[in-house]
Amino acid sequence: MTRPLASIVGAAETTRLGVLPDMSELDLHADAALNALADCGLTPADIDGIATAGENPAMLAQYLGITPTWVDATNIGGCSFMTHVAHAAAAIRAGLCRTVLITHGESGRSRVGHVPWTVPPHSLMGQFELGYTPTMAATLFTLPALRYMKTFGVTEEDLARVTVVQRQWAGFHPRAFRRDPVTIDEVLASRMIAWPFRILMCCLVTDGGGALILTAPDRAADFPTRPVDVIGTGESVEHLMITEMKDYTSSRAFRVAGDQAFAAAGIDRADVDHLMIYDAFAHVPLYGLEALGFVKPGEAAGFIADGHTAPGGRLPMNTNGGGINYMHSGMYGMYALQEAVRQMRGTAPQGAQVRDARISVVQGVGGMFGTAGTVILARR
Amino acid sequence: MLRGSLPEPTPQTAWFWDATRRGELYVQECTACGGRHFPPRPFCPACGGREVTALKCSGRATLWSYVINHMVPKGGDGPYVVAVVRLEEGPLMMTNIEGCPQTPEALPLDMALEVVFEPVSETITLPKFRPAADSNGAGA
Ligand SMILES: [Zn+2]
Repeated sequence: MTRPLASIVGAAETTRLGVLPDMSELDLHADAALNALADCGLTPADIDGIATAGENPAMLAQYLGITPTWVDATNIGGCSFMTHVAHAAAAIRAGLCRTVLITHGESGRSRVGHVPWTVPPHSLMGQFELGYTPTMAATLFTLPALRYMKTFGVTEEDLARVTVVQRQWAGFHPRAFRRDPVTIDEVLASRMIAWPFRILMCCLVTDGGGALILTAPDRAADFPTRPVDVIGTGESVEHLMITEMKDYTSSRAFRVAGDQAFAAAGIDRADVDHLMIYDAFAHVPLYGLEALGFVKPGEAAGFIADGHTAPGGRLPMNTNGGGINYMHSGMYGMYALQEAVRQMRGTAPQGAQVRDARISVVQGVGGMFGTAGTVILARR
Repeated sequence: MLRGSLPEPTPQTAWFWDATRRGELYVQECTACGGRHFPPRPFCPACGGREVTALKCSGRATLWSYVINHMVPKGGDGPYVVAVVRLEEGPLMMTNIEGCPQTPEALPLDMALEVVFEPVSETITLPKFRPAADSNGAGA
C-alpha cells in the first residue's frame, strides 16, 4: 500500500434523515457541516478549503462564515462528493489549503429551498431525448438494464435480490428509512415504476445531508477522532445522454475510475474488506461489482445470490442498506462515504459493523449512469 | 424534473430537424476515420476531424434496450415504452416504439423496427419506430 493521500478527520450526517419539511436545502448543508466540525473539534474559522455540489460554494462560504483559499464546485451528479475527496486530497498535497470541508444537503423529498435539475429544450438532451417523455432518472438511468439482463441471463428475481440482501444490512441501522425484512416476491409485487424496475428496486427520495473534513495525513493525529486514510481515488465521465453509453453491459466510467483508484492505492481486489456501490437502482451494484474487477462480466448476480455481499459474506456491500433502503436525497454519494468512514472507524451499528475491516472501496455514480468517482479508504 | 418537451434546434442541429420534417433520418460519418455518430455535431467525436458528412439512414433499426414507463404524465393513455434502438448505420438513438402493445411480450430485444415520422408541431417532427413490416415481431 502507498502512503495516504489525505485523511478524513471529521464525518457526520445531518442530525435527522428522512422527511424534513422544516429544513431548507441550505440548512441541511449547514447542519451536516456543523455536525462534522463538532465531530473533530473545529469551528468554521479552521476551514480553508470547501467543496460542494448542488449548492453554490460561495453561498456555503457566506452562510457558514468560511474564507477559503481553495474551492471546488464540481457537480457531476451523485458521485460529485467522491471527486471532491480526490480533489481535496490533491489540493492539500499541493499546499493550496490545509483543512477541507465537503458538504452535501438535499431536500429531495420535501423540496424546501431545492435547486431543481432542469434540461433546456435546446440542449442535446432536450432535443434528442425529452421529446420521448422520459420522466425521471428511473426511465433513463435504467435504460441499459434489459440489454445487460439479456446478455448475461440476469432475471427480474436477480434485480429484486439486490434489494433483499441490502435490506438485511439496513435492518441493523436505526436511521435507515426502510428496515423491515423483505422477500424477492414482495419486491416483485411492489408498484411498477418503469419495467423491469419496481419501486423497491429504485432508490428512496428523502431529505438529508452529510459532511466530511479532510486534512494532511501527518496532521490527522491532532484530532480527537480516529483518522480514516484516503489511499486511492479515481474519477471519470463518459456521457450525460444514456444513448452515448458505448457498452450497455459495462460502464466505462466505472472501469476507468476504479482502475485509477486501485492503481493509486497499490492494492489488489482481494485486499478489500468492505464495499459501497452507489445503488441508485438495483442494477448498479451488478455493474459495479464487475467493472471494479471483483467478479468477471456476468458473474455479479450469482455472486450476490451466493451470499458473498450479505451479512457474514466475504465482501460485505452497501452495509447501510444503500440508496434503496437507507437514504437517498438525489445525490447519494455522501451517504456511501459516511458509511465507509463508520466502517473504517469501527463505529457502524452493531450487526452492520464488519469485523476487522481495514480497507473500504466506495464507488459513486452520477448523471444518467455516465459519471463515476472511486474512493479507497483505509483504517489507521 | 424531466417532462416531455419539444426540441429547440440550434444552428448546428437545424439541418437534422429540417430533414425529419421531410421524412428523412440522418446520422453523420467522418471523412477521415469513417466513424459514425449521433446526435449531430460539426466534427467527429472519434478523431476530432472537422469534415463530417450527413449519412441518410435506411430507417431500419433493432430494439436495443428499453423500459416501460408507468409514471404516465397527465393526459397520457397508459404505460409507454422509452426505448433505445440501434440504427442499421450503427449509432444508438432514443425513441418511442409505436404500433404494438407496450408490453414485454410484444417487445423482445433485437426485434426489427422501422422508422416512422411523427409531426408534433409546425417545425418539429420526431423520428419514432414501429415493428418492421416484414417482421413477425418475434425478433430478427
Ligand atoms: Zn473521425
